[in-house]
Amino acid sequence: MIADDLAAVRERERTAISLSTARIAVCSAAGCISTGGAAVKDALGAAVIAHNLSGSVRVLGTGCLGLCHAGPLMRVTRGDAEPVLFTKTTPAFAERVIAGLPSGVLPLEQRCDLQQPFFTRQHRIVTSDAGIVDSERIEDYLAAGGYTALERTLAELHPEDVVREVSLSGLRGRGGAGYPTGLKWSTVAKAAGHGTFIVCNADEGDPGAFMDRSVLEGDPHRVLEGMAIAAYAVGAEQGYIYVRGEYPLAITRLKTAIRQAERMQLLGHRILDSQFNFRIDLRIGAGAFVCGEETALIASIEGKRGMPRPRPPFPAEAGLWGRPTLINNVETYANIAPIILHGGAHYATLGTERSKGTKVFALAGRIVNTGLVEVPMGMPLGEIIFDIGGGIPDERQFKAAQTGGPSGGCIPAAHLDLPVDYEALAGIGSIMGSGGLIVMDETSCMVDVARYFMEFCRDESCGKCVPCRAGTVQMHGLLTKMTHGTATDRDLALLEQLAELTTRTSLCGLGQTAANPVRSTLRHFHDEYLAHIHDHVCPAGVCAMNGEDPR
Amino acid sequence: MSVTTLTMNGTLVSAAEGATLLAVAREHHIPIPTLCHFEGLSEVGACRLCLVEVEGSNRLQAACMTKAVEGMTVTTNSETLRSYRRQIVELLLAERNHVCAVCVANHTCELQNLAVSMGVHHVRYEPQAPQLSMDASHPRWILDHNRCVLCTRCVRVCDEIEGAHTWDLMGRGRHTLVISDLHEPWGQSESCTSCGKCVRVCPTGALFEKGTSATNKDPHFVTYLKMAREQKLWNR
Repeated sequence: MIADDLAAVRERERTAISLSTARIAVCSAAGCISTGGAAVKDALGAAVIAHNLSGSVRVLGTGCLGLCHAGPLMRVTRGDAEPVLFTKTTPAFAERVIAGLPSGVLPLEQRCDLQQPFFTRQHRIVTSDAGIVDSERIEDYLAAGGYTALERTLAELHPEDVVREVSLSGLRGRGGAGYPTGLKWSTVAKAAGHGTFIVCNADEGDPGAFMDRSVLEGDPHRVLEGMAIAAYAVGAEQGYIYVRGEYPLAITRLKTAIRQAERMQLLGHRILDSQFNFRIDLRIGAGAFVCGEETALIASIEGKRGMPRPRPPFPAEAGLWGRPTLINNVETYANIAPIILHGGAHYATLGTERSKGTKVFALAGRIVNTGLVEVPMGMPLGEIIFDIGGGIPDERQFKAAQTGGPSGGCIPAAHLDLPVDYEALAGIGSIMGSGGLIVMDETSCMVDVARYFMEFCRDESCGKCVPCRAGTVQMHGLLTKMTHGTATDRDLALLEQLAELTTRTSLCGLGQTAANPVRSTLRHFHDEYLAHIHDHVCPAGVCAMNGEDPR
Repeated sequence: MSVTTLTMNGTLVSAAEGATLLAVAREHHIPIPTLCHFEGLSEVGACRLCLVEVEGSNRLQAACMTKAVEGMTVTTNSETLRSYRRQIVELLLAERNHVCAVCVANHTCELQNLAVSMGVHHVRYEPQAPQLSMDASHPRWILDHNRCVLCTRCVRVCDEIEGAHTWDLMGRGRHTLVISDLHEPWGQSESCTSCGKCVRVCPTGALFEKGTSATNKDPHFVTYLKMAREQKLWNR
C-alpha cells in the first residue's frame, strides 16, 4: 500500500462517518467491560438492526473514557451537536437510546455533565482518540489521522530529524524514571549499526495503575505507530512489545492491530513502499513485577529467567542479545505521533520547565472520580485530586496521596499545592512513577500502607541480590511488629538503617526503591510510627495492635 | 595491551586494560570481601559485598563488575561501606539456618570467615528459620537448602565449566531455591555428570560430601581448568 491508497482509505472512512447520523461509542476498556460494557455494545448493535438504522448509526467500542467508576460509559455523537455521555448504562438503556435516535429524543437520565472539571481540566494527547476511534478498526484510526505521522516521517524526515524533534519536545520516559527520551534515542542511534532492537515495555505492574493497559486496549495503533517512528529514528528492523500476561484484552487487541497494520503495509517489509522494514512481535510476561525493570525484561525476552543485571552497560549499548536496544514505555511511544505531527516545539509549550507535555494518571483509592485522567505536567496535586478527581467521598479528610506505586512515596496534605513534575515529586521523597495515584483519607494508617507496599516488594523481589531479597523480608517483619503494637525504638532504628541499606546497595531499581514508601512515610508521618511504638495505638484504627508477636 | 592508572584508597595503582576493580584490588593486596564472585566464573554482582565508592558517581559500584578506568578514584573500605557489608552478612545469617556448631563447613565456610573478619558476633535481625528440605538422593553429595546463600556459584560452574547446566534457580525472592534439572531429585538428574565441581565451589555447607565432616574446598581448580582449556593443554 502506498500513501495514495492510504489516503483513499481515510477518505472512504471519513465519508462514511459524515454520512452517518449518529456515532455511539461504548467504552471497551477493561474497566467498563467488567461492569457489562460488552453486553451494552451488543445490545446497541442488535437494536440498530432491529430499528433498521444500520446505514446511518455506527456503534463502536473505544478506549477508556475516563470515568471508570461510572461505567459502562456510552458516548453519543450526532452530527455537529455536542456529544452526550451516559453513565452506568445497561442493555435495556441501550435499546432506549437507539429507539430515541430517529426522533432525536435521547433519555434525560444517566447523563453526565461534560462541562464538569473532570472533563474540562484535562488535556488529552495520549488519550485523545478515546470516544472517537474503535479500538479494533484500523480504518477508524486512519480516519482520525492515524499513521500520518509515520507517513510524514518516512516521506520527509531523516532519522536525525526525528530524534531532533523528540529531543526538542522535552519528552521524558513515562515509565517512571523520567530519562529524556530524545537523549536515549540519539544514544541508541549512535550505537554501532546493524541489528538494533526496539522494545515497548508494557509490563505495567504497580498496584492500582492501569494507564498503559487502557492505551493498549483502547488505541493499540498509536503505540505501533510510535514504535515504527522510533525504529526508523534509531535504525531498527525488529521490535518487541513485552506485555504482561494479566492483560489478555490488551494482548488480543495488539495482535489484531499488528495484523491489520501488516496487511496495510504499515508494518513489515517496505513500509508504505519505502526502504524501511520494521516488524513487531509480542512477548507475553508470566507475572513477575521485576520484569518491568529493563535488564530483567531483556533477560525475559531472551528466554532466560527474568532477573536484572547491573548497569552499565546500559541497554542502549548492549541490550537484547548484546545488541543496542531502545526500551521505552507504552505511554512514551503513545506521545510520539503527536510530537511528529505538531512539532516538538509545540509539545514543549505544555508543562513545566523540565517536565513537558501531559501525564496520564490512574486515580484510585478514596476519591470520587475513580478513573483515568490526562493532565498537563505541572498541575498542582490538589487540583488533580479535588477539581478533577472530585475530592474525597463520604465527607472525609484527605490524608495522603501515594504516587509511583511500590517504588513511590506518600505525599501529605501540606504538599497539595505541589506541581506534578519529575523534580518536584522527587524533591519530597516520592516519584512520578508510571502514573498510579492512590488517594487515602484518615481511615488509612500510614504504617500499614508502608507494610502493604513492603509486602509487595518482598514477594516480587527476584531473589538475586541479598539486600533486596533478605532486606525486604526483615523490613516487612519490623513493620508487621509495629502494626501489632510490639515494636520498640530499636526496631524503628533497625528499620531506618535497613531502608538506607536496600536503597544504597540493591542491584536494580526494585530494591533501590523498595524502601521509598517506608522512607516517605517516616519523613511525613513520623508521629504515626511513634504512636504505634510508644503508645501502642494506631491513630487510624486500622492496625490490629493485639500485642501478639507476628511470628 | 595498554595500562591504566587509578587511585584506590588514596594510592596510585596500575591496571591492565579491561580489568575489573576487584582484580586490580586483589593484585595490589587491597582486601575487598566477596561471596558470589569465584575466580574463573562469570560475574553476577549479586552479593553486593564488593560494593565500592567511585568518585563522581552517587551510586555504589560492584567491584567485580566495574571496569577500571584511567583516572578513577575508588574507595574500598569507608566506614559506610563496612557498615553496609556487616549488615549484608547479618541479613544472610538471619535468612536461613546458619548454625556453625552443627555445620559440616565449620572452619571452612566463607560466610563464617566473612562474619569473623567483619566482627559480626551477633545478628540483630529476626532469624527467619525457614523449614527447608535437604536432597540426599545423590550417591556422593548432599544439597542442604538451609545453608544456601544463593550465590549461584554452583549454577555457573555447572553451566560454564562442566557444560551440564544441571543447576538453576526456581521461585523468587526469599523462596528462591537452587534446583537440579526441573526440580527433580539430584540423584535422578539425567544431566548431572557427577563431576563434583559444584560441591567444591560452594562457599558454605549447602553442598557437601557424604560421610565427611569438612568438605575439601579448592579455590584454584576452576582457574586451572579454564586456563588449560583456553591453552588447549588437552589434545582430545
